[in-house]
Amino acid sequence: MNSKTADRIATGAFIAIAIIIVSILAGLFFYIFINGLKYISFDFLTTPSSNVRAGGGIRDQLFNSFYILFITMLITVPIGIGGGIYMAEYAKPGKVTDLIRTCIEVLSSLPSIVIGMFGLLVFVNTTGWGYTILGGALALTVFNLPTMVRTTEDAIRAVPRDLKEASLALGITHWHTIKTVILPTAFPSILTGAILASGRVFGEAAALLFTAGLSTPRLDYANWNPFSEQSPLNIFRPAETLAVHIWSVNTQGLIPDVEAVSSGSAAVLVISVLIFNLGARWIGSIIHKRVTATK
Amino acid sequence: MVTAIKERITLDVTAQEYREFQPEHILTVKNLEIFYGEKRAVNGISMDIGKNNVTALIGPSGCGKSTFLRSINRMNDLIPGARAEGEILYEDLNILSDDINVVALRKEIGMVFQKPNPFPKSIYENITHALKFAGMKKKSVLDEIVEESLQKAALWDEVKDRLHKSALSLSGGQQQRLCIARTIAMKPTVILLDEPSSALDPISNAKVEDLIVDLKKDYSIIIVTHNMQQASRISDKTAFFLSGDLIEYDDTEKIFTNPSVQKTEEYISGRFG
Repeated sequence: MNSKTADRIATGAFIAIAIIIVSILAGLFFYIFINGLKYISFDFLTTPSSNVRAGGGIRDQLFNSFYILFITMLITVPIGIGGGIYMAEYAKPGKVTDLIRTCIEVLSSLPSIVIGMFGLLVFVNTTGWGYTILGGALALTVFNLPTMVRTTEDAIRAVPRDLKEASLALGITHWHTIKTVILPTAFPSILTGAILASGRVFGEAAALLFTAGLSTPRLDYANWNPFSEQSPLNIFRPAETLAVHIWSVNTQGLIPDVEAVSSGSAAVLVISVLIFNLGARWIGSIIHKRVTATK
Repeated sequence: MVTAIKERITLDVTAQEYREFQPEHILTVKNLEIFYGEKRAVNGISMDIGKNNVTALIGPSGCGKSTFLRSINRMNDLIPGARAEGEILYEDLNILSDDINVVALRKEIGMVFQKPNPFPKSIYENITHALKFAGMKKKSVLDEIVEESLQKAALWDEVKDRLHKSALSLSGGQQQRLCIARTIAMKPTVILLDEPSSALDPISNAKVEDLIVDLKKDYSIIIVTHNMQQASRISDKTAFFLSGDLIEYDDTEKIFTNPSVQKTEEYISGRFG
């Protein structure tokens, strides 16, 4: 076989793989939308769910998904970026650093159900909080943190060494160089990492079953006092997310319209992830353009 | 060193007057050795670097000239396993000593690199970046320094209408002059140039060379170059390095017309390297 044929075969193989990936994705979207879109209505999005009667909505579950995501990222992003900075800029190469890196990799590949059990032991029982948003967010942090650290480290390492040297050679300290030159340059890749991590939070059910629980108290959306029992902002209340809701109505739902609720929820979940991704990227590119003065 | 201090005391002059009194050297290198791990890259060199001079460092790749240059503002600190022995005296201070404030040193001894490396920020911010860190916040002052340093770097006329556009939109030669501008904005005394025009086209190169000759009125300049014509055109003194040794160091004219060492002559006439 000559090299020209080999080149053609390779090109063909990669195009085939790309087509397979795109068609799986398109098929999934199509299936979810065909089945779910017809159930999505304003009512569906704005009424609380019902345990027994038909016609329940997903208002609280939708809010809970976004709120848990917000709390999780609030914890994950600063710690993850800090860890990434440490690994890329401060950790001396050697056995200890290698050990830390191995631990991070193992942590990120733990099955989420195991993280859920761990969360049950630590964030639910040991702390005595019971099922809470904070417990769920901390459990999600456990498996999001490694991804965040890893992507930040890689993003920082990908910043050209020239830029770092240029800043240091102007008499700027290491920390100020990281803050004003390295992190802004690495920002787009770090943002991608954060978005990927967020996607996992949206879709996660197993780790939340035992930490954030399967129920939501009656919420009053006019109550913004985060310490009140009825407030949606209270982080010490149980919270069933959309992904958990899909699982629970399908496995133990007593409502007659399981099909409608779960298909509708699935479509809403996918749309939410899509909107969140595009939105985050759009805001990120505005920030990046402002920082780098590219219009 | 001891005699210098004695002299200063007996003459009863301030440090400032002393420097004016003895202006010819800005840096004194004594038995400098630089190692990367076990490997020795620079073998005990000694030389005086003239004040308000352009000193060119020439020699084949791997001869230690860039390593030497980078040790003058301690950029080698970034390389794991690199260490230096001996002395580089700057205003009677040993730059290589552990208790030197490296950040402050680099404000005095600036550096321009081989590849233009502007920050991915606006032209204006490229210059104010380090000034702001040094505590200058007032916009009128910053504006003034930006204009002044771009003027000095002969870039002002080309960029004055787009100061807030990205520095990456400039051509390679303009980027390199911007890098020089942001270095002189810090008002250093010494500027180190590591093959500053090797990545540039001949026209940009000529501009950078003119600029360097112009800058020596205010700064002491040390330049590493692979370009023999460049060294002979712009420098006052030339040092020839080979395998980590300083082979010959003399007035540029002498090096290029009548070198005293056989190896130097062979190198500058292109017979090796």
